[in-house]
Amino acid sequence: MNSRIDIQKTYKLYINGKFSRTESGRYFPLKDSRGKATVNLCQASRKDFREAVKFARKAVGGWSSRTAYNRGQILYRIAETLEGRKKQFIQELNHFGITKNNATQEVEITIDRLVYYAGWADKYQALFSSVNPVSSAHYNFSVPEYQGVIAIISPNDNPLLGLASLIAPAFVGGNTIVCLASEKNPLTAITFAEVLHASDIPNGAVNILTGFSSELAEHFSSHKDVNGIVYCGENLELNKSIQENASENVKRIHYYDKINWLINKGQSPYFIMDHSEIKTTWHPIGS
Amino acid sequence: MKANQINIANFRQTPVIDQVGVNERVARLNSRSIKKTSKMAALKLALSMIDLTTLEGMDTPGKVQQLCIKAKHLNHGISDLPHVAAVCVYPSLVKIAKKELNGTSINVASVVTGFPSGQTNFKTRLEEVRYAICEGADEVDMVISRGKFLSGDFQLVFDEIAQTKEECEDIHLKVILETSELSTLDNIRRASEIAMKAGADFIKTSTGKTKCGATQPISLVMLEAIKDFYQKTNKKIGMKPAGGISDSKTAIRYLVMVKEILGNEWLTPTLFRFGASSLANDLLMQITKQQSGAYQSADYFSKD
Repeated sequence: MNSRIDIQKTYKLYINGKFSRTESGRYFPLKDSRGKATVNLCQASRKDFREAVKFARKAVGGWSSRTAYNRGQILYRIAETLEGRKKQFIQELNHFGITKNNATQEVEITIDRLVYYAGWADKYQALFSSVNPVSSAHYNFSVPEYQGVIAIISPNDNPLLGLASLIAPAFVGGNTIVCLASEKNPLTAITFAEVLHASDIPNGAVNILTGFSSELAEHFSSHKDVNGIVYCGENLELNKSIQENASENVKRIHYYDKINWLINKGQSPYFIMDHSEIKTTWHPIGS
Repeated sequence: MKANQINIANFRQTPVIDQVGVNERVARLNSRSIKKTSKMAALKLALSMIDLTTLEGMDTPGKVQQLCIKAKHLNHGISDLPHVAAVCVYPSLVKIAKKELNGTSINVASVVTGFPSGQTNFKTRLEEVRYAICEGADEVDMVISRGKFLSGDFQLVFDEIAQTKEECEDIHLKVILETSELSTLDNIRRASEIAMKAGADFIKTSTGKTKCGATQPISLVMLEAIKDFYQKTNKKIGMKPAGGISDSKTAIRYLVMVKEILGNEWLTPTLFRFGASSLANDLLMQITKQQSGAYQSADYFSKD
């Protein structure tokens, strides 16, 4: 008789390239599709978020100065690694109530989406840049550049695809990310962090937290060292407070309302542009 | 030089330090939780204890002026803000700092005696002290001869400090032990005693020019030495950790140590200083965080 007991994984936060527990020591149980509590997840605190932002800020310089080509390579690498672990993701999604067919579709689209943005890495700047006619002896051109640290509150529908569809465009544009996983189904987000970790992303460039948006959204939106915030929730009160807080230091706010991430409309270079600033340079020319 | 002769034997008989005990005590003190109003008070106190420092080969008059302006106007957005204790520069820039800080109660401190290595002849070092004081320094930070100390020539180290103090008269003398080069806590304790007996007003951990700056265990040993010296002589010696203290959390931990070992009397800029450059901004950010509730960004605070 096989008396072996399976080893259960402890799901932790992903901060600065490390899988750490929440400093608060708080956990919340996650119920599977049959209503049975199966895993305990870290309930990230504002201090975990603060740490994540600190490391994300540190990572901005290194990540944004990678060549566009290299950023694309790393995104492609994430897709490759994910492909190799497809089964595990399908199983995890399935375990928490998503049918096997839907789960398979979601994981496959996620992989394709990462490849899609990997392809855009060294093209979107060429597409959205311009040489501007000016009436002086200057060569004048505008180029999209990264914003800095982007805080993302993931949607609950399509927990894996939604997360990846929000992270990928911001990340490929040279930003670093602090992301709160889907509240209802955060499991795949932490497993996705393992994929990121195995894909040569610099420490701190993407940080993933699990916890409650009702608790953390205030800090996501009010932290002065965050340059942009993305959210998708339907709680109007919460959305209002996010916008008010974010306006304090004029964060770039993006509210993606009911976007179907499963279709082609869920991907576009304009999502990269949402996390870019246009930098215009005036260069004198001799006559 | 009578005093020296009495002291010769003592330098070899300084207490032996239990390193494990020191580390444990530091860990225990670090577990103190300082929140809300006490945190705010601690942040402001730490701010008032800063020696705002720039000691780079590339320092220019402009850089020093800028630092002085920062010392005078830390942040207009926050009310009831104390000013820093002093601005610390190289001797050649003292005059500029002095002029810039004219009319304020912020002191000008100058590093002297061949900072940071102290490896020039003693006559030149004394000359540098005279020069710094002549230029208007209110406080001088000297370095000890670590090479001489490590080869056991404690008497010479003592004499050099004593002679420097004579040169200073009533100008505040801080003695930098450069603890990272003294190897052991026993040595640090011994160097502290030599400095205090030779007339130091302050003992200071580091130059900030070596790999390792101030650490808590080192500072704890020095604070204990100050306490013992006070109990024996009734003289209050100040303490200045320097190098590597860049965040508010660490600064508050130092304040806890000072309070626990030396008591409230030492919690004043006249007896405790931080040698730091980036700490001031972090304290300002934390104070703003306490007031506004939102975590702050370095983007909104002046760069040094």
